[in-house]
Amino acid sequence: MNWAEFFAMKGYGFYVWGSYGVALLVLLLEIVLVRHKRTITLQQLRLMRDVGDEE
Amino acid sequence: MAINWFKYSAPSTFYGLAGKLVPWFAWPAALLFCVGLYIGFFVAPTDVVQGEAYRIIFIHVPASILSMFIYLIMAAYAALGLIFNTRLSAMMATALAPTGALFAFISLWTGALWGKPMWGAWWVWDARLTSELILLFLYLGFIALQASIEDTRRADRAGALLAIVGSVNVPIIYFSVKWWNTLHQGSTIKFTGTSMHIAMQQAMFTMLVACWLYVIAISLVRVRSIILERERNTQWVKELAEIKQ
Repeated sequence: MNWAEFFAMKGYGFYVWGSYGVALLVLLLEIVLVRHKRTITLQQLRLMRDVGDEE
Repeated sequence: MAINWFKYSAPSTFYGLAGKLVPWFAWPAALLFCVGLYIGFFVAPTDVVQGEAYRIIFIHVPASILSMFIYLIMAAYAALGLIFNTRLSAMMATALAPTGALFAFISLWTGALWGKPMWGAWWVWDARLTSELILLFLYLGFIALQASIEDTRRADRAGALLAIVGSVNVPIIYFSVKWWNTLHQGSTIKFTGTSMHIAMQQAMFTMLVACWLYVIAISLVRVRSIILERERNTQWVKELAEIKQ
């Protein structure tokens, strides 16, 4: 079995890779967003602390 | 050894525990995704009836199962929060909703891509498909409802009610293929056994476990941000190393 044949999936390539591709994309996007959220939350808390210190 | 479980229901202790647990779920999830996909694409044979297109089930079935399970767990956490007024369980419900919605979406998307070559249609208003679509809307409704209420306590309570009432939809999805004549096929794996090839079973089961671990890892990370946000005015948050630096 060569790779071109593997990716063709006997004519079902679009459906198979369309499924796995989008699933992977969605999960990766979720990971990026969740990590981004953590960074933002920590930044906000540090900002709050700095404002508190000045008072 | 007696473990004081109540200790871990306090957001301040759970925050640290969750942080330590994340890698123990995230890395096995990544590993099992690789193993599952390897078995699914290189070991499992071609299906006699559905050809290569059947390989979509290795992501479709786990995503669908989890979209239902996550909903029940979310509703259970929401109910706990409503009854016992525990802060952490409400936060867990909030943390689970986006992941549940994503799995419901993956289930519908991969189902459509399987349906087109097999049934000749991306979508049909079949009982299974329609109830799964309602599940996605319930998740989105839960998220939107919570986001629209400023006061977090009230947002938790409103969301909890929606989650509990909506959980009636989960058995409907599960039994839809038995109760009605659906285009969607019934389950191949039953309690009485299965006709499925052993490698196909292994691939599906491995992917299911991988998805489970992924869900746990991602919701633990998400709940940590929620804890920090909601407890921002407490002393323990102000004394955290990651805030102090």
